[in-house]
Amino acid sequence: MREKLELVCPAGTPAAFRAAIDAGAHTISCGFNDETNARNFPGLNFSREEMAQSIKYAHRKDAKVLIAINTFPRAGAFSRWSQAVDDAARLGTDAVILADLGLLDYASHRHPTLRLHLSVQAAAANADAIEFYAKSFGVRRVVLPRVLSVPEIAAINRKISVETEVFIFGGLCVMAEGRCSLSSYATGKSPNMNGACSPASHVEYREEAGELVSRLGGFAIHRSAAGAAAPYPTLCKGCFEAGDYRGHVFEDPASLDAASLIPQLAEAGVTALKIEGRQRSRAYTEAVVRSFRKALDDHAGGRPIIAGQLRDLTEGQQTTSGAYRKAWR
Amino acid sequence: MTQRKFALTLGPLLFNWPADVFADFYARIADEAPVDRVVIGENICSKRTHLYADAMVSAIERLQCGGKQVVLSSLAMVTLERERRAARKLFDQTSLEIEIDDLTLMNWVRPETPFSIGPLVNVYNEATLTFLAGKGARRFCLPPELPIASIGTLARAAAKAGAGVELFAYGRIPLAISGRCYHARIHGLSKDSCQFICEQDADGLSVRTLDGADFLAINGVQTLSHKYCNLIGDLDLLATAGVTSLRLSPHSGDFVAVTRAFAEVASGTLSPKQGLARLQQVAPERDYSNGFLFGACGAAALPAV
Repeated sequence: MREKLELVCPAGTPAAFRAAIDAGAHTISCGFNDETNARNFPGLNFSREEMAQSIKYAHRKDAKVLIAINTFPRAGAFSRWSQAVDDAARLGTDAVILADLGLLDYASHRHPTLRLHLSVQAAAANADAIEFYAKSFGVRRVVLPRVLSVPEIAAINRKISVETEVFIFGGLCVMAEGRCSLSSYATGKSPNMNGACSPASHVEYREEAGELVSRLGGFAIHRSAAGAAAPYPTLCKGCFEAGDYRGHVFEDPASLDAASLIPQLAEAGVTALKIEGRQRSRAYTEAVVRSFRKALDDHAGGRPIIAGQLRDLTEGQQTTSGAYRKAWR
Repeated sequence: MTQRKFALTLGPLLFNWPADVFADFYARIADEAPVDRVVIGENICSKRTHLYADAMVSAIERLQCGGKQVVLSSLAMVTLERERRAARKLFDQTSLEIEIDDLTLMNWVRPETPFSIGPLVNVYNEATLTFLAGKGARRFCLPPELPIASIGTLARAAAKAGAGVELFAYGRIPLAISGRCYHARIHGLSKDSCQFICEQDADGLSVRTLDGADFLAINGVQTLSHKYCNLIGDLDLLATAGVTSLRLSPHSGDFVAVTRAFAEVASGTLSPKQGLARLQQVAPERDYSNGFLFGACGAAALPAV
């Protein structure tokens, strides 16, 4: 038997939380229903009471809970975020996922036994950055940014003293996470400050001259033939013109599916694999978790992994192994 | 000369300019620009560093002769081994202050050697600012997306910690950084064999929507705003908030004139309206914005003065 990788799954609602655990998730990542987490969407995430119940459910089933408090606290309102850390600790979370230096400093002093994970929003992309967080705050695990290749991840793991977690499936940030203000430039709302990227409140679809145009903050992000599926206008995945180029300037719309790389990621010393998408439906979460749990069990048991089974669930039906196989380097 | 309300800092050159243009630019800044500090060195792409390594040595000497404080810039995102080595090497010397734009460099700072924090480090609240000040940070150029209320709170925290707050006041706004090079991508090149194609665009390459609306600009791995941040009409507001210095980010054209306009408005010899008129005269094609300051959206146009 090989060493088992930990499967970390997102949950945006208590129902999705239970479904993910029942489908085989080892660990659930989730957040409170406010601007303290980077998936701050209407109707999503957990009240304190829901969180308390969910943590109890997870612990009964031998699963772990990670609470993401991974936006950057607003100046003058730090106590809203520090209170979230206090509440997470009080409710018995297994770890908190943080990005902000001030909040990490607070948590490490106020809750010395609370396990700290570094959010991908901190964009710690090399061994020295990771060691800085480990030394300064006792961070125990780092979620790696989605800009690294498998050999780069292996090299990092050889140098650091803490665990790493990498994304295996779901949406991809094109830019370095936590270092992007594109959304606030167009809408005034940003992932760092408000926990929302390209927010639905600023989206507009309009038919113009036989085309369906989707706009964000008034800027056209996509134009598609009427009747064709209009993609959600996530800013960095839009079609633009630059010089003579016309098309996806930043990234082709594809979502991450690195199932086929599970053996290589294990070999690279990764501890946990993370599925993106706290904003997804319960059915989506359940299907993805079931498929990946099977893949991990197959890997641990020395059986081949069957990849590509989740194609129907991915955005635009196209998948990529992202930076893990760096074709564009 | 009238006392100025702000120190003026020339930010690092974000674009890939030919070595001779680079040398001429800094020579003019050294001799003629009323700036107090100059942050110099590659901030965006480590592949560019060798293109002007020689020009940089003489630029630093000339700037110092011109009475400017020289601060060494560092990479916005350190990933490769050679980038880590280069970043670490910056700390071999202690005569020049270093500006940190990636927290990787925090490993090598010494509390007795003051350093500054650049606009790409996420300093959004007092706790983060105080933590970094405790490690020796003496100046913070704040993230450009912060609204004025946050800036005021952070400036008070900085003053308490014996540090100063600087604000990005002129230039295309750095919005994002990526592992991928967009100049290479849109020219059908890979990052490793990019032919330094970004050299074609002295102020970045504009990205338009399919409606033809100007929107963003690309600069290698960096994405900037199409509009130029321009806070020349907001200096009183910034002074009240406790901002102590202004960052002017290098662009093509007569940049000495840009620095003079800010210096003269800051000292009260020009009105904000006259200052803006001067800037419009220097570069009539540029669109300006101060939207981030008011918490609406960064792309909001400058109101008429």
